[in-house]
Amino acid sequence: MAERIGVYVCHCGSNIAGIIDVEEVARWAGGNLQDVVVAKDYKFMCSSSGQQMIEEDIKNHQLTRVVVAACSPQLHERTFRRACKNAGLNPYLFQMANIREHISWVTTDKKAATEKAKSLVAAAVRRVRLHRPLEPLPVEVNPRTLVVGGGIAGIQAALELADAGYPVILLEREPSIGGHMAQFDKTFPTLDCSACILTPRMSEAGQHPNITLLTYSELEEVSGSVGHFKVKIRKRARYVREDRCTGCGICVEKCPTKVRDDVFEAGLGVRKSIYIPFAQAVPRIPVLDTEHCIYFTRGKCQICGKFCPTDAIDYDQKDQILEYEVGNIILATGWKMFDCTRIPQYGYGRLPNVFTAMEFERMCNAAGPTGGKIVLRDGKTEPRRVAIIHCVGSRDVNYNEYCSGICCMAALKYGHLVLEKTNAEVYSFYIDMRTNQKGYEEFYQRLLEEGMKFIRGKVAEVTNADRSEEEKGRLVVQVEDTLTGRQRRIPVDMVILMGALEPQEDAMDLARKVGISCSSAGWFTERHPKLDPVATMTDGVFVAGCCQGPKDIPASVAQGAAAAARVAGLISRRTVWIEPVVASIDESKCSGCRICNNLCPFNAIEYDEQEGVSRVITALCKGCGTCIAACPAKAIAGNHFADDQILAELEGALWDASPEALLATFGKKEEQLELKVLNV
Amino acid sequence: MSESTGAAPTRSNGKPKLALYWAASCGGCEIAVLAIDEKILTVAEHFDIIFWPCVVDGKVRDVEKLPDGAIHVCLFNGGIRTSEQEYMAKLLRRKSKVLVAFGSCAHEGCIPGLANLSSRQEIFETVFRDSISTDNPQGVLPQTETEVPEGKIHLPLFYNTLKPLEAVVHVDYTLPGCPPEAENIWEALQAIVNGTLPPPGRVLGKSTTVCDECPRQRTEKKIREFKRIWEVIPDETTCLLEQGIVCSGIATRAGCGAKCPKVNSPCIGCHGPNEGVEDIGARMMTALASVIDSKDPEEVEQIITRGIPDLVGTFYRFGLAASLLRRSRLQPAGAG
Repeated sequence: MAERIGVYVCHCGSNIAGIIDVEEVARWAGGNLQDVVVAKDYKFMCSSSGQQMIEEDIKNHQLTRVVVAACSPQLHERTFRRACKNAGLNPYLFQMANIREHISWVTTDKKAATEKAKSLVAAAVRRVRLHRPLEPLPVEVNPRTLVVGGGIAGIQAALELADAGYPVILLEREPSIGGHMAQFDKTFPTLDCSACILTPRMSEAGQHPNITLLTYSELEEVSGSVGHFKVKIRKRARYVREDRCTGCGICVEKCPTKVRDDVFEAGLGVRKSIYIPFAQAVPRIPVLDTEHCIYFTRGKCQICGKFCPTDAIDYDQKDQILEYEVGNIILATGWKMFDCTRIPQYGYGRLPNVFTAMEFERMCNAAGPTGGKIVLRDGKTEPRRVAIIHCVGSRDVNYNEYCSGICCMAALKYGHLVLEKTNAEVYSFYIDMRTNQKGYEEFYQRLLEEGMKFIRGKVAEVTNADRSEEEKGRLVVQVEDTLTGRQRRIPVDMVILMGALEPQEDAMDLARKVGISCSSAGWFTERHPKLDPVATMTDGVFVAGCCQGPKDIPASVAQGAAAAARVAGLISRRTVWIEPVVASIDESKCSGCRICNNLCPFNAIEYDEQEGVSRVITALCKGCGTCIAACPAKAIAGNHFADDQILAELEGALWDASPEALLATFGKKEEQLELKVLNV
Repeated sequence: MSESTGAAPTRSNGKPKLALYWAASCGGCEIAVLAIDEKILTVAEHFDIIFWPCVVDGKVRDVEKLPDGAIHVCLFNGGIRTSEQEYMAKLLRRKSKVLVAFGSCAHEGCIPGLANLSSRQEIFETVFRDSISTDNPQGVLPQTETEVPEGKIHLPLFYNTLKPLEAVVHVDYTLPGCPPEAENIWEALQAIVNGTLPPPGRVLGKSTTVCDECPRQRTEKKIREFKRIWEVIPDETTCLLEQGIVCSGIATRAGCGAKCPKVNSPCIGCHGPNEGVEDIGARMMTALASVIDSKDPEEVEQIITRGIPDLVGTFYRFGLAASLLRRSRLQPAGAG
């Protein structure tokens, strides 16, 4: 029986209709394409009246297939599938032709655009004819959630879920949770003490009965999909038994070594080889750093072990691999600071009194290496003039083109702290001041009133090569003041570089592990930048905080909470329906060659030794097609992307290509040659 | 062909007629028929062998005189390289109820099909002029028509492209293999005699691949290096591919009983692709590319070029003429 196909061409306001002659495309489809019984164009197909039109046509014209030529299926495939379903048509008997992103948005040639739209519609019509009805597959949602990253975004997400009664694994690779926020002294613009507002949340997370805290641990492997991910976690050896340690700190006190602390103190302070990164660390369990430990490097010492009152030091501890099943994953892995040595003209690493923002944070902190005193690298001299350079590695085509978002406000905060704690003058060298959140502009005004000086211009150089008596022994900031149009040389004692926020070094690896994508810079990509900012293209994987892009604390907290709400929604539904677009293996064709076995990125293929065949675990399969392409026996087929469907789509797209052209190379003359010779 | 199944019709001598023909192939298929041993006598009992130029005397003109469809079964081996072969293919097609593409050459071109990497001109120059053993001072190349004192004499036209039988005439069944195995030939003949042939259009064989019949131990595959067969003596129990030897068993239709892997030699793919596969070389390449254990493009390139120097000869050894590639590009007008 012939199919009855409805074709709907969307104007998308003028988005499509401004370039493509949509009426002509609809008319052409109705008159020229086989089995098309209804062809219409409409202002907004995705509107409720557009959807209703499809539903009514399905009923009135007994449509058996539907094609909508509109935007990307990523945006509205679900919408139109739902419309089909409402009218009693299997939602998979629908196909979308993307004539917006693929045509009208990428050309100004109206004639060619209209012709291409016809091709895409023809392709969709030929393909949809071969669609087969499919039913979504139910998957139970494991209520446990993995939160990767124990900064403020991760802590927020974990607490929200745990408070809602759901179990959470909070994973952190440093010895303590807290993230960057734990390193800060004050937070802008309210000047709250960072530790005072953060540490209560840290200890709450550490003690919550629903939260399993895994610090000094990293995510090794992820398999499975929404509802039932399997995760492997490497719990690195601390050499301290967590069940025995009371956190008394005697081991740290007795340890005879001193090591520069490049992580928490940003290189400005020291720690021991066995250490608790900071006073309020959660958990309060030390970590032994084998790289610097005398026992591990020279085979003798074990002082920490001798003094430990609970016998908690375990020099033989090994890394452990822990396996959990979780229903959802929230990534809140944060950011790393731009390496300021990459801009040699600013002198970081060469000129001692050039500091990074993170160093300055630690310097301001009362619990930090200088006890909160703002001093030069010598540890005692108070600066008389401080320069703060903005956009170091941000808004710069040589490093990162994006704006790191928070540095202007942090610079203002530093200005305030310098003015508050010292008698120094403060200069800010900025390109544009960006203070566009609640209370931020007011804070900027406050600093103007407090006497912070602002010079608009990108700093060319920080140098110690003096040209005058005034510059002698000081650092000189060379800059063009773009407001006055003058070159300025400003002698200062201290320079603070507002380094860019960058994605974590291993962000791309992590993205690969969980199957999501990254921007070219390395920030995780959200499902929709406006309407779905914490979900990703992989169901069951959410993002929160700076791992998705630079943001301030309130935004990170909001995202942590939002991601938790999305996860809680999935958990409370108990069952999720996953796309039936999966692969299946025809066991009669499978020879058990095992080519496919280790290709599946979702570990969805298992080998049955007994029968000598491989099988697809449907609930894990995401329909990516890797195994289908690789199977040398062509024993694997993919739902909704079957060969006949893809070939039909190609034929449709090439409806106007002449077959003669394709055969031209093919020795046609010989075929037509009369075989007189043998008839003699 | 209306009735390709059902019991063989009888004629005056009570036997259905059988024809065998040999086009562009090595002759091994003819010998393979004899490999069914004494059962050949049973064949003779059941059939009236009316045309088998290799074995019994027969004339084309006698075949031409037969009514259409008079031959019950024709086993046709060899691909189509010349106008004469094409004529015979079309003639036997017309005269036969059931036409069987017998063996790899008729099925997918086989080794002669590799000549599709060259043009007629190149082949002629190599064979009739340039090879060391050729003595042809005047550089004479084959002509379709030549004037001699007695008149004009003719030779068949040698085509640029070798085609499998199916590309020239409709084929009812295909018996794969280079040559087909005696057991399979016997099975097919029995099916013809007993009228138990499957619906036409099928390759008579299994719908899985050689691994299914191979007794070697297989695990998950990760290949760091491809080895040529003269470089190693393979371990006799582990999958050859896992040892780095390019074995086409993964992609080749089963039915031979994994004869080659059983004697420590890799499958070279003579049974052609599995049911439903259009291009065996493409299948082999995607499969092997998937299990090369390196993510570094340069290293991958090195693994492939070092271990598989002849890609077409390895992956299209039997199937080039029937593959999506079919042949190398011919230079326009005249050059071919």
